[in-house]
Amino acid sequence: MEKNKTTITAVPGKQEIFITREFDAPRELVFKAYTDPELLLQWLGGQCNLTMRIEKFEARAGGSYRYIHTDPAGNEYGFHGVCHESTAPERIIQTFEFEGLPEAGHVALETTKFEALPNNRTRIVTQSVFQSVADRDGMLQSGMEQGVLDSHARLEELLATVTV
Amino acid sequence: MTSTRRDVFQAIADPTRRQIINLIAQQPLNLNAIADNFEVSRPAISQHIKILIECGLIDIKKSGRERYCEAKLEQLNEVAQWIEPYRKSWEERFTKMDDLLARLQKENGSTNKK
Repeated sequence: MEKNKTTITAVPGKQEIFITREFDAPRELVFKAYTDPELLLQWLGGQCNLTMRIEKFEARAGGSYRYIHTDPAGNEYGFHGVCHESTAPERIIQTFEFEGLPEAGHVALETTKFEALPNNRTRIVTQSVFQSVADRDGMLQSGMEQGVLDSHARLEELLATVTV
Repeated sequence: MTSTRRDVFQAIADPTRRQIINLIAQQPLNLNAIADNFEVSRPAISQHIKILIECGLIDIKKSGRERYCEAKLEQLNEVAQWIEPYRKSWEERFTKMDDLLARLQKENGSTNKK
């Protein structure tokens, strides 16, 4: 089966990021993977030798969440936010803040929509809106040290990723 | 190099300019050949090409009386690097989620009929 592709849309000069991805699973299940802390733990964390733990995760309107990634040296990277709406299996709206920034108060508003597709497939679209272009660019750049890439091979992908 | 980067971003912010780059990335083309691929006017295409030249994404090569536009893809490297790690980290997560979803569907078996 062909691999599902992750598309990031970040138009230069704008305050938002879109993440789009399809899954070979029904919408109810994908929604559950986003809202059940035990399931969330199995996919959201664990990259780059980081371990993840969830301190709190309340997927309901007015609930809040906080999770922490820890690197091998013991440095902790915390994230927290408040759930504005969690409507199974359609939509999650929440705030998001990375605690490692030089100053607090740089908060994004994240909306994830779950769209049922034929053949028991699901498309998710997450829109993250930041308070400024600088905040958004900072988030996009947060993983920059990871790779140097060949421009030719990347061109097609790049042009796809910046599609409006 | 901050100003260079801003220019490159400006260059690819426009869908028509992205299409132009895509087109000439495959082979150098002259203005007429490029314009034939678009419904917008030739002067409009000419303006886009001017911006792409200013941003360093296109070079003009003269061959006899023809002037060919050539893509300078290495300029895009900066942009690709900028967004790619972020995409990769999500790709990694979602690949894990694929596995998780496959496992859950297998475990649930008949109980998970939609």
